Amino acid sequence: MSKVSITINGRAVQVDSGTTILEAAKAAGIDIPTFCHDPELTKAGACRICVVEVAGARNLPASCTTPVAEGMVIETESQRVINSRKTVLKLIWANHPQDCLVCEKTGSCRLQDYSYRYDITGSTYKGERKEIEFDDTNPFFFRDLNKCILCGKCIRKCHEVNGAGAIDFTFRGFDTKVTTAFDVPIEESSCVFCGMCVDICPVGALTPKQGLRQGRSFEVDRVLTTCAYCGCGCTFYLKVSNDKIIGVSPNFEGSLDGHMCVKGRFGWDYIDNDNRLKTPMIKKDGEFVEATWDEALTLVANKFKEVGAQYGADALAGLSSARATNEENYLFQKLFRSLGTNNVDHCARL
Amino acid sequence: MSQKRILLCAGTGCISSGALKARDALIEELNKRNMANDFLIVGSGCHGFCEQGPIFIVYPEETFYCGVQPEDAAELVEEHLVNGRIVDRLLFKDPISGVRVRNHREIGFYAKQMRKVLGNCGVIDPENIDEYISAKGYEGLKKALLMEKTAIIEEVKSSGLRGRGGAGFSTGMKWDFTYKAKGEKKYIVCNADEGDPGAFMDRSVLEGDPHAVIEGMLIAAYAINADEGYVYVRAEYPLAISRLRIAIKQALEYGFLGENILGSGFSFDLKIKEGAGAFVCGEETALLASIEGERGMPRPRPPFPANSGLWGKPTCLNNVETLANVPLILREGAQAYAAIGTERSKGTKVFALTGKINNTGLAEVPMGMTMREIIFDIGGGVKDNREFKAVQIGGPSGGCLPAEQLDLPVDYDSLAVAGAIMGSGGLVVMDEKTCMVDLARFFLTFTQNESCGKCIPCREGTKRMLEILERITEGKGEEDDLDTLQDLAIAIKDSSLCGLGQTAPNPVLSTLRYFMDEYKEHILEGKCRAGSCTNLITYYVFADNCIGCGVCKKVCPVDAISGERKVLHEIDTALCIKCGACIEKCKFDAIKTR
Amino acid sequence: MKEVLRCYAEDPFDYKPVEEVLVKFQGVKGALIPILQAVQEAYGYLPRQALEYVSVKQKVPFSRVFGVATFYAQFHLEPRGRYIIRVCQGTACHVRGGAKIMQALKDELNLEVGGTSEDLKFTLESVACIGACGLAPVIMINNDTYGRLTTEKIAEIVRAY
Repeated sequence: MSKVSITINGRAVQVDSGTTILEAAKAAGIDIPTFCHDPELTKAGACRICVVEVAGARNLPASCTTPVAEGMVIETESQRVINSRKTVLKLIWANHPQDCLVCEKTGSCRLQDYSYRYDITGSTYKGERKEIEFDDTNPFFFRDLNKCILCGKCIRKCHEVNGAGAIDFTFRGFDTKVTTAFDVPIEESSCVFCGMCVDICPVGALTPKQGLRQGRSFEVDRVLTTCAYCGCGCTFYLKVSNDKIIGVSPNFEGSLDGHMCVKGRFGWDYIDNDNRLKTPMIKKDGEFVEATWDEALTLVANKFKEVGAQYGADALAGLSSARATNEENYLFQKLFRSLGTNNVDHCARL
Repeated sequence: MSQKRILLCAGTGCISSGALKARDALIEELNKRNMANDFLIVGSGCHGFCEQGPIFIVYPEETFYCGVQPEDAAELVEEHLVNGRIVDRLLFKDPISGVRVRNHREIGFYAKQMRKVLGNCGVIDPENIDEYISAKGYEGLKKALLMEKTAIIEEVKSSGLRGRGGAGFSTGMKWDFTYKAKGEKKYIVCNADEGDPGAFMDRSVLEGDPHAVIEGMLIAAYAINADEGYVYVRAEYPLAISRLRIAIKQALEYGFLGENILGSGFSFDLKIKEGAGAFVCGEETALLASIEGERGMPRPRPPFPANSGLWGKPTCLNNVETLANVPLILREGAQAYAAIGTERSKGTKVFALTGKINNTGLAEVPMGMTMREIIFDIGGGVKDNREFKAVQIGGPSGGCLPAEQLDLPVDYDSLAVAGAIMGSGGLVVMDEKTCMVDLARFFLTFTQNESCGKCIPCREGTKRMLEILERITEGKGEEDDLDTLQDLAIAIKDSSLCGLGQTAPNPVLSTLRYFMDEYKEHILEGKCRAGSCTNLITYYVFADNCIGCGVCKKVCPVDAISGERKVLHEIDTALCIKCGACIEKCKFDAIKTR
Repeated sequence: MKEVLRCYAEDPFDYKPVEEVLVKFQGVKGALIPILQAVQEAYGYLPRQALEYVSVKQKVPFSRVFGVATFYAQFHLEPRGRYIIRVCQGTACHVRGGAKIMQALKDELNLEVGGTSEDLKFTLESVACIGACGLAPVIMINNDTYGRLTTEKIAEIVRAY
């Protein structure tokens, strides 16, 4: 790939042609704030917090969408750029609840981070604010659209990565919001609750219900683990507070770029559930009673033999689990074929 | 006996003033006298003088009748068509000299115009391709089909033609970019989503000379190697759409459209897309999104449509008026075209004259004519002999220029320096009764309402600017509002995603620049010198003029006016709601505001 | 997909017009907006079922169809009457009994503001000011203006339509 020479903040650097100013700056160790940018999604150029000054350009282009060009001279923190960013932040604050003290997003909120960086304490603009009802109708996450800054990352994630296409921009202008078709509750839409929208929301508009008031991002330990639900091997972080798991957050550096499904994202609460099976159970006189593994496996083996002898091997069937790994599933089918039957299936097909 | 020709303007303006009813009355009258076959009645496109509609022109004398109503039909037939006597009272009356004028060329409104793009409008029948052809139509295309593609592009470049839709980018360059872009499939798109309040030149061209636009598109398509094109028209322009449909059908029949055009091997398919009501779709990337069936939200540039446009293919977008210039350039040559205009703005421009001006209508003038000539010589000056205060040029993206700028030559670059833009060419004239703060508020209301909502500066910023302007016009302005307005305006211009946001603050910035006093008066003195911000004015009866006729008292919706007959009347300001009904009705100019 | 379409067959909603529209636009690229225009033409508005049907058949997410339908001013999600009655609520009309006129219209048409009659004849709307204060109170029915109204005149005016 051909290289182009550019100057960023007075430093001459060489970058691949076709890279954006944002990428070039990142490579040069210069951080440019972004709300709507996500490397795996279509470029939107919507939030305008990432604007930079390019010598000779009339306006301030968005660094996330503008490719570098030979000889480009870029300033990422000029006074003009700072003024624009401050205005964008003040405009957001003019239409955003100021309840950081109790907001779950505190500590991991980009609006807070950039407000700190540019010394913005709120908004001086008076006027109309959004008043959208707080949505707690689905079991997994809260939607506070009054906090939504309409960066659209949730929409792009939903359409471009998940494919569910449950939400989109609806209405226009100042009235624009992110909703399902006809604004029905999320549960009635095509949403599959992968939760990826929750994970990439830069502000507190989408927050998980699990772990509410049990610890913000800076108050929890993060433990990297591999999902136990299926053989895909997604990795993610368990958020731990006081030796309790209170939530899950994606591992964007992992092999799956932080993609998740409803099970891994929200289905971990069995861990501390009292009804969870901890030993094998054998039904005796109509009641399940605890047993050892040896007892249980001996019972199963004997029953296999009995049924096979009486009715033939094809009276047996094995149904395996998606929670087992590929290797375990391989052994499972091996086991059943060794018993003389091809009746093997897997719950992922159901 | 050869047929006499009667041309009537069948543009949207004249039709809404009753042109078709007048035509029917005329036909009925002719039928009564068994004369119907002696006259050919032709509906033409817009004459541009909408103020005076319905307009009828009787040939061969070219007698120009205005304001013709159905009840005038009998007299017109009896006097003019039978007895050959001109009906004086239906002639245009010069607003200044009071003289009746027979031929439109003697009317000031037309005398200084240079009708090139509008040359066929009001002259030919737009629903008849033969009339277009006999007016040298499709000759530009025939010439182009024999030329090298690069030579056509060179010709358009050297003509100096710049986009007529707003930004004024070189049309030839745009074609060149699309021509050079990699890709087998390319598109040409005609932007006919004319949405500026007060601009209607594109509608008039489509209604009056649709083939010129089609021919322009064909030449462009041939030059850039496009085989498919779209005309994106506002749904609010039904007549333009229907004329365009007819024109496309006829062009197909005559072999100007479709497969192997005129045996050249070049094929072109042209489709119409109707807009669905969103001003922002006039922005090129939003327009493309809309054609693709998406929300009309602008996309970041680069990539520019020339490289990645409709469905990711190289696409050239030109505005209606721009494309209508193209046949002319090919037919008459770039040199002849470039002889008109100024150094960097070539050719003519069509302006829509509206507001407090005597001659409302469309006027085509050579680039570089001064604002004064356009407003006073062609436009006939300010209505009711009031004082000229300012002119808003370029619609909601444009700026307001004061009287000091009247001698400014109207071209792309001079306007930009003065803080306005050519835009699509809307020219709204204002007199001393127009409040400049209120005007800025009006335009912001429009742009704010039409913001797509995608980017933060435009969605949130125009809203806050509008709220500040509303407060100022309501007398609730604060001193630091002006700084806030200025800062917001600059940030929105600097950082918005598309042209709509980048230009939305212009009306505010230009009024702040030229009419700062008025803003300050509103805020500091609670005064609106134009008397239009109702919160800041009170109505009173001007004793010298009041004769006590009682008309105001009768019309007042809230019974705030009292007074005996033939005695000076009085307004109870506590009751008065400043609706203006009394001012409108008073014949003696006895009700004033302060 | 078959499941979904079978559901449509059992739905009392008349899907024929939207089906016909979709046949007309089969294979046309980027046809969503013209399709919605044609659907609105056929039903007088954009019914939810029709939009859902368009979404399934055109393979465009329902949310996106709704997003497009709510972006453009031309589209209406509720049925609208053939006659749009706009009742002026400006100051002049207000002090001259605009509210009573509104009430009389509500009673006469049995409608709330923003509502449309069942026979889809009338839609009742309020409007900030139509600038005819001298004629207050004023209403507009499509493009015709009626001024100096009294509650007694309302029935007569409406019944003429």
